[in-house]
Amino acid sequence: MSSTEIDPPTPKLLIKQGAEALVYSTTYLLPHIPALLKHRPSKRYRHPTLDARLTKHRCLSESRLLIRARSLGIPVPAVYFVDESRGEIFMEWISGSSVREVLDETLAREGGEAVVDRMIVKVGTAVGALHAADIVHGDLTTSNIMVRDSEGEEAVGFGEREVVLIDFGLGAVSTQDEDKAVDLYVLERAFTSTHPKAGKLFQDVLKSYERSYKGAKVVLRRLQDVRMRGRKRSMIG
Amino acid sequence: MIALGLEGSANKLGVGLIRHTPGKPAEILSNIRHTFVSPPGEGFLPKDTAKHHRSWVVTLVKRSLKESAVKVKDIDCICYTKGPGMGAPLQSVAIAARTLGLLWGKPLVGVNHCVGHIEMGREITGANNPVVLYVSGGNTQVIAYAEQRYRIFGEALDIAVGNCLDRFARTLNISNDPAPGYNIEQMAKKGKNLVELPYAVKGMDCSFSGILAVVDMMAAQLLSGKPKPLLTPEGEPVTREDLCFSLQETVFAMLVEITERAMAHVGSEQVLIVGGVGCNERLQEMMGLMARDRGGSVYATDERFCIDNGIMIAHAGLLAYKTGFVTPLEESTCTQRFRTDEVLVKWRD
Repeated sequence: MSSTEIDPPTPKLLIKQGAEALVYSTTYLLPHIPALLKHRPSKRYRHPTLDARLTKHRCLSESRLLIRARSLGIPVPAVYFVDESRGEIFMEWISGSSVREVLDETLAREGGEAVVDRMIVKVGTAVGALHAADIVHGDLTTSNIMVRDSEGEEAVGFGEREVVLIDFGLGAVSTQDEDKAVDLYVLERAFTSTHPKAGKLFQDVLKSYERSYKGAKVVLRRLQDVRMRGRKRSMIG
Repeated sequence: MIALGLEGSANKLGVGLIRHTPGKPAEILSNIRHTFVSPPGEGFLPKDTAKHHRSWVVTLVKRSLKESAVKVKDIDCICYTKGPGMGAPLQSVAIAARTLGLLWGKPLVGVNHCVGHIEMGREITGANNPVVLYVSGGNTQVIAYAEQRYRIFGEALDIAVGNCLDRFARTLNISNDPAPGYNIEQMAKKGKNLVELPYAVKGMDCSFSGILAVVDMMAAQLLSGKPKPLLTPEGEPVTREDLCFSLQETVFAMLVEITERAMAHVGSEQVLIVGGVGCNERLQEMMGLMARDRGGSVYATDERFCIDNGIMIAHAGLLAYKTGFVTPLEESTCTQRFRTDEVLVKWRD
């Protein structure tokens, strides 16, 4: 009657090795549910006590941010399972391309801006919603914003697809305009360094950011200051 | 070509003579140093340090010429530290450089102190294009070379890591001889309990002042036993050695982490540690473990080149001089603020 057979575990496939974490594609619970596994391996150079403390703290902090954002309707991957002592987070697999890849591809073509204009609006809206929730991303580059592949039979334009913010490894809860302005500054630099045409597109990101977040005015004013000084600090001694 | 280098941006006065021969490694003809050591519990004040440099510079230059048997007529240029550093000591060395330049009729070359450290580290270790961790009493930076500049990827947002260690040595009244950081390192070797300290990394940047405040409070509790004796979670008394150990383990883990992030960012497998804190063997060991796990290697130098010295100024100055760079007498000033990325590195591809 009931089968006692257990499906063989899906092999983990390493898809990205950052400085801090290893990212695998795998499945969660059932073999047909794709998942992303983010593993923070222990670092041999660190004292074991410090290592365990940092791994646990970072896993929990990242998961909490994702869950908080998700519960407020901000497009981020869903968290499936967290094992903070092993440094593992299982989360929703987002199949799609990064905004960086999309811009690289479309802006190379004549009139490519028109193809992505509605995607750009969604980027601004998502970042605005994130900041309205007092969450700062900490590494908001175009590689960390995904556009989902279109589902169903027909392929739809980029504008119809959902934009998803990923990788909250450096994120934090913050009410400070400075932190939010730095997020925008990092995003601006990511845009301008991708393609000369992308600088203008970033203005559209800011417009929709302003529409979706009430506190945007102060943050944008702060962004002016951040642009002026960059990340630079006067060096003494 | 031969260059004389004068360094005095902090409490060390260094004089060095270097020879560059095309197609050969740089030849160190002389590399001597005299350090201003302040009493335990005190740092070095600019005024006293400048006085120290003024009173020793002639002796050191004479000794350097004598031991290397270099004749004044064979020297091509005089290199000095333009900055960054403490104002008064920098000024006294700049005056010495100007005086020698006029006396001997030699061109001057103003050198960025940090670039001096990086170039000397590359020359000595043979590291070709490493990510550089520059850690000293005044600076904490993670640097990588790109398009004629040493670009700063991460840095301390407040005090430098060496400053954090030096000031903690003052709190514990540890001797400044030969260096406060060296004495902390020796004590840390005897520590075994890790107390919990803040860990402050933000992307590729980090912060040390909060850690210093906490470890200072712990030291005060340990020394006074008030309001209650300082104990580990297991109930063992915490020692001064444990605090040194915990401070090192925490701040060095932060440094290795930001370096690793920069290596992942630029895709480099080599890491070079320069600056006074770079002498620390525990830091070198931790960096080595990280680099090996990434399939790379760590390059470090010993105290002759890690700690401020004249030879690195001579070396970096001569590299610039060979590309046609000179500092006219009217511009032979010094500055406390001089970022690493302000220098146009014309001598590299």
